[in-house]
Amino acid sequence: MASRPRTLYEKIWDAHVVERREDGTCLIFIDRHLVHEVTSPQAFEALRAKGRTVRRPELTLAVPDHNLPTTPRVDAQGNRVPILDAESAEQLAALERNAPEFGIRYFDATSRQQGIVHVVGPEQGFSLPGTTIVCGDSHTACHGGLGAWAFGIGTSEVEHVLATQTLLLRQSKTMEVRVEGELGPGITPKDLILHIIGVIGTAGGTGHVIEYRGEVFEAMSVEGRLTVCNMSIEGGARGGLIAPDETTFAYLKGRPLAPRGEDWERAVAYWQTLRTDPGAIFGKSVIIDASEVEPTVTWGTSPEDVVAIGATVPSPDSFADPAKQEAARASLDYMGLVPGTPMREVEVQNVFIGSCTNSRIEDLRAAAEVLRGRRKHETVKWGIVVPGSGLVKAQAEAEGLDRVFTEAGLEWREPGCSACLGMNPDKVPPGERSASTSNRNFVGRQGPGARTHLVSPAMAAAAAVTGRLTDVRELTE
Amino acid sequence: MAEGLVSVEGRAIPFGRKNIDTDLIIPARWLKTVSREGLGRGAFEAIRTADPDNIFDRPEFTDAPILVAGDNFGCGSSREHAAWALLDLGIRAVIAPSFSDIFAGNAFKNGILTVALPQEAVDRLLEVALTDPIAIDLESQSVTTPFQDRFAFDIDPFRKHCLMEGLDEVGLTLASNEAIARFEGDQARYQPWVARGTGIAA
Repeated sequence: MASRPRTLYEKIWDAHVVERREDGTCLIFIDRHLVHEVTSPQAFEALRAKGRTVRRPELTLAVPDHNLPTTPRVDAQGNRVPILDAESAEQLAALERNAPEFGIRYFDATSRQQGIVHVVGPEQGFSLPGTTIVCGDSHTACHGGLGAWAFGIGTSEVEHVLATQTLLLRQSKTMEVRVEGELGPGITPKDLILHIIGVIGTAGGTGHVIEYRGEVFEAMSVEGRLTVCNMSIEGGARGGLIAPDETTFAYLKGRPLAPRGEDWERAVAYWQTLRTDPGAIFGKSVIIDASEVEPTVTWGTSPEDVVAIGATVPSPDSFADPAKQEAARASLDYMGLVPGTPMREVEVQNVFIGSCTNSRIEDLRAAAEVLRGRRKHETVKWGIVVPGSGLVKAQAEAEGLDRVFTEAGLEWREPGCSACLGMNPDKVPPGERSASTSNRNFVGRQGPGARTHLVSPAMAAAAAVTGRLTDVRELTE
Repeated sequence: MAEGLVSVEGRAIPFGRKNIDTDLIIPARWLKTVSREGLGRGAFEAIRTADPDNIFDRPEFTDAPILVAGDNFGCGSSREHAAWALLDLGIRAVIAPSFSDIFAGNAFKNGILTVALPQEAVDRLLEVALTDPIAIDLESQSVTTPFQDRFAFDIDPFRKHCLMEGLDEVGLTLASNEAIARFEGDQARYQPWVARGTGIAA
C-alpha cells in the first residue's frame, strides 16, 4: 500500500480503515465528532429507544450554535434569558439533556467556550491534523484547514457514529486545486475561495475531496485556511484540506484539548508525514493564478455567481450553457439587479460579519481595521458583528475591537450562527440587501426574500462605511 | 428497527394515488423537531385537513400496519422524516407498484418493508383493503388475502435478512465490534493523543 505515492486524503483514509467489504465500501473509524442542537435530537432519541450507549463519549464534543439567539443570554440578575421561539428552545433543551445523559462534553450557551462548532473544534485543539472529523452540518470541511479529513453527515449517520464510532463509506475521488503565485495586497482567503468556486462551479468538486496546494496556502494563517476549506461544499466537495505544517503546529500548541508533553512530540512527528507524496496522482487538477484574484463579491443566488468588485453585473446571455442562462435570469430577478450595473453601485442596507466562514479573531481584526474611526453609512439600517465563540469575543474585547464596531454603529453580539441561516432571530428583511461574510447566497437563506452578497470581512466593513459594495482598497490605501 | 419483522398482518390503508411526494407525506414545517416520534400527527397533513372524511382518519384504519399506495411512492425531497412519520402512524409495510430509491432506503433504515407488486395486484389489494385485512409474509415473500389471493414479491436478500433479524445499520456495524475494538486498541497504543479526545483535561 505504501509503495504507491499517495495523496494526503488517501493517507488519512488508509489510516482509518477498520474493515473492507466485498462491495468496495469500508468501515471507517471516526476520530472526532461535533454535535449541535439541530441535527442531533433524533439520533440521541434512537439510541435511547434501542438501549444503546455512545461508544466513545470522549470523541464527541457538543455545543449549541444554529438556533441560539445572539442577544445576551444572562440578565442583570445572572438568570438565563429564556428563548422565545418554542421549537428552538426545545431543540436546545434536548441537547442540554442529551449531552450529560450520554457522557458527552458540553459547552452550554453561557460558557466562554461556546461558539459555532466549526470555530470551537479548532480553537479547543479538539480538531487535529490527520484525523477524521464529522458533524451533522455541511460546513464541517472547515476543519480540513488543520490537515484533517472532515465532512458533513445526516442524522442517521450521527446516530451511527455515536453508537459505533465508525461510518460505512466509499472512498472519494481526489482533486487538487493548485494556486500558483502570490495574492495581491489586500486580497484575503475569502476572496480566494470565492474566486476558486467561481472557476470550478458549485458541482466542480462533487464526489471529490479537494486538496488546496501551493505557496499561497503555506503562507496563509490557520484562520485563513479554515475559511478556504469551509466553503469546499460550495464547490460541491464534501471535504477539502490543506497539508499541516509548522504554522498548524504553532496554532495548536497549548490549546486545551491538544496533545501535551510526550504526546505532543509524537503527534508532531506523525503530522509531519501528512503530505501528498511526490508523484501522487490526483483524479482532477485545477490550476488558479493567484495574481488574477481580486476582491470578490457574488451577484446571484449561487456561490459560483462571483465577479471582481470592479466588474459589472453579468448578462445571462454571457453564459454558454442554456441552463445557466436560465438560472442567471432567475437569480437576477430575485436579486433585483440589472445586467451591466457596476457592482460598486449596488447599495446594501444590511451588513453581517460572522459565520463559521469568517468569525475568527483575524476576521474581526480585518473588519475593525477598516471601521476604526469611521461610522456606518446612514443608509445601512442594520449591521451586526457576531464573534465565532466566547473566546473570540473575549479576545476581541481585550483588543478593543468591540468598541471599534459599536462606535461605528454596528451591534456587537453573542456567538452563534446568527444571520448566516434563517433559523434564529437574526434575519435580513425581505427585498433588502446584505453584504455578508457567510457562505451561502441561496434564495431565502438569510430570511425570506433576503438578497445576499457574499464578501470578505474587510469588504463587509467597507460596505458598511459607504452603504454600497465597495473595493476595500479604496479605503485602506 | 427494534424487533425483527417476519410478517405484517392487519388492515391496510388503501391510498392508490400516484407520485405521492415526501412533502405530502410530511410537510416542511414538521422538520424543526427533536423527535422521530409524534410526526404521525403531521403525516398526510394536507389531505387530512382538507377532507374530514379522509381515509387516514377513518376508525377502521387507525393503527393499520400496512399502506397500499400508488406508483412512484415517496418521490421528492430526501427527508428521513417521511419514514419517521409513517412509522409513527403505525405503518410497518408499504405496498406499491414502485418507490423512489431514496424513500425506499430511508424506509429500510427505519424497519419499514417496501413491497413492489405489479399494478394489477396493487389494484386488487386496494379493493380488498376497503373491507378486509391483508397479510404479508417476508419469509416466503408473499402477500395474501382472505379470498385466496396470493402475490409473490422480490426483495434484496441483504435487506430481507436485515429486516427479519431486526438489524439496522447500527446493529450491523456493531457486529463488527471486534474489528472496531482492534482499531481502537492500536490507536490507543500508537496515537494516544487522538484516543484521549476530550478526556485529556479530565
